[in-house]
Amino acid sequence: MNLARIAAKRLLGAIPSLMGVVVVTFLLSHALPGDPAVLFAGPAANADSVAQVRAHLGLDRSLLAQFLSYVGDMAHGNLGQSLTTGQPVLADLVQRLPASLELTAAAILFAVAVAVPLGVLAATREGSLADHLCRSTVTVAAAFPTFFVALLLVYVFYYLLRIAPEPLGRLNDVYFEAPPALTGFYLIDAAVAGEWTTFRGALSQMALPAVSLGLFALAPIARITRASLLTALGSDFVRTARACGLTRRKVLVTYAMRNAALPVVNVLGMVFSFVLGANVLIEDVFGWPGVGAYAVKAVIQSDYVAVQGFILMMATLYILLNLLVDLLSIAADPRVRMEG
Amino acid sequence: MTALAAKRALAGGAAPPLLAVEDLTLDFRTRQGAVHALDGVSLDVSRGEIVGVVGESGSGKSVLAYAIMGLTDAAGHVRSGRIAFAGRDMLGEDPAQLSDTLGREISMIFQSPRTALNPIRRVGLQIADVLLRHGNMSRREARARAVEALARVRVPDPERRFDAYPFELSGGLCQRVMIAMAIACAPFLLIADEPTTGLDVTTQAVVMDLIRDQVRAANTAVLLITHDLALAGEYCDRIVVMHAGHVVEVAPAPRLLQQPAHPYAALLIGATPGATTRVDDLTAIPGGLPDLRQALPPCRFLNRCARSDARCGAEPLPTRRMGDGHLVRCWNPL
Repeated sequence: MNLARIAAKRLLGAIPSLMGVVVVTFLLSHALPGDPAVLFAGPAANADSVAQVRAHLGLDRSLLAQFLSYVGDMAHGNLGQSLTTGQPVLADLVQRLPASLELTAAAILFAVAVAVPLGVLAATREGSLADHLCRSTVTVAAAFPTFFVALLLVYVFYYLLRIAPEPLGRLNDVYFEAPPALTGFYLIDAAVAGEWTTFRGALSQMALPAVSLGLFALAPIARITRASLLTALGSDFVRTARACGLTRRKVLVTYAMRNAALPVVNVLGMVFSFVLGANVLIEDVFGWPGVGAYAVKAVIQSDYVAVQGFILMMATLYILLNLLVDLLSIAADPRVRMEG
Repeated sequence: MTALAAKRALAGGAAPPLLAVEDLTLDFRTRQGAVHALDGVSLDVSRGEIVGVVGESGSGKSVLAYAIMGLTDAAGHVRSGRIAFAGRDMLGEDPAQLSDTLGREISMIFQSPRTALNPIRRVGLQIADVLLRHGNMSRREARARAVEALARVRVPDPERRFDAYPFELSGGLCQRVMIAMAIACAPFLLIADEPTTGLDVTTQAVVMDLIRDQVRAANTAVLLITHDLALAGEYCDRIVVMHAGHVVEVAPAPRLLQQPAHPYAALLIGATPGATTRVDDLTAIPGGLPDLRQALPPCRFLNRCARSDARCGAEPLPTRRMGDGHLVRCWNPL
């Protein structure tokens, strides 16, 4: 079975889950407290104008009728108009999503770059000082709430040491212009355009939020790396490789680490979802113009259309992410390929 | 040790044996205290000879094999003794020297071949890894040599099987791949640790015949670790019987099967199904292995033995010569 066929099969399999998500988000967002019609009509509205607004929004119809028109609109790529920004929700989300994804990706990259070597070190020197040290560091890093770490980092690096820029978004627009949009990821776009000062500017803005998000992902990644590498190192086939006189490096990299990669990839998928969720808090602290901050505002303002759109997008992202993890595991392990 | 002396050692004849284990004592440190896994174990293997090490599970056979390979678990600790291979002191070698020897001069076949092979690496590449490690050759050449090695152990369609993963092969084929890997560099000594465990009976015979044919052709010595006395009797020149970390008897294979001198060896033979015995005639050996963490009497078979007397628990075991190449460590041999 080849990769493309498996991918197609998994994508088809995702359709029922997506339909479930549509139903649940619709119901949930209608269960939100607050009356959107009242909010939308404004503080000066009387009962009459509220009723007018309600009719305009279609909120006076039955739940089923509302649901059907919601699904119909969605089929045409219309997620409705945000009650607060007045923009189509889809456009809002598409505009803001790259900021969140870039931040999440940077956080995961940071976490992997720190946690995987730590896990490898801990596993190859099990029980040593390095092992205990990295376990305690990683645990402490994970023990603090993300927003607290974020505030602490801002306090130390921006306020006290003055080496970090103001925590106000992706790029300081006094000095920099956004790079020409290509992927929506400022770092990639700036690098492609060769605008290295912009690149540095964007990187320095991203460092603190990415580190605060990444710290929280260190523990699961380091732990699973250590555990799965220890399992691989203790396995029969590593003993065989040693008995064949293969070099330490060959045994560790080709035999142990490749076999240990599979659980790590699976955990990375989960961690990515968590970090995407944690964005909601971090974006608020750093004035990051992503979807997390957008969703928080939408919930507070009873903007159920935007909330629906946000949840739907996140669910789709999770499903795609799971697909990606599946495909990665298939690439890493021929046995999974056989199971199909 | 000079190269010349090593060569002379390998030449056989009056020279010292290829492998000589002398008085090896090995403990495992555990939370419950030291486990006395091997105590004063001695054996030797000459060029071209097939020597069986027989005993029930826990008798120390595999520990001995791993000790020879320098693969003892980190908790293992050699208290005394010597392991000489081709005149070299294996216990004194540093890891780099040892890994030059392993796979090239001494190699090992493990039990349960499915888990002993890397599950996500093509079997041909695993053989090529060994060839590339020990031979100065290109990848292309290593591939050709690996296909040759597969053909030599009679893997059908070796060119195609090179690209197979272990899970795509039967247990018997996996064991052939292991054998191909072990003999790829034409070692002087092959250690086979229960090579037929987990294989069905017909495959067992095929695998054992294959090992015997290959080593006889190359004059390779074999240390066959097995709990199956009948198997050892069929394929080995000499048999070493181990019990609870002791070597209790050494004899040429036919002699051991016909005239065992140690009560444990006799009981083992009585517990082994053969062509002439029916299952009803088999007798179980009473008791179990002693707890190797405790202080042990000189004879560790004492509590399971019908012939024991006061000396067995008090005085060091004598080594008695029962015939040509037949040694037994017992006060009251049969």
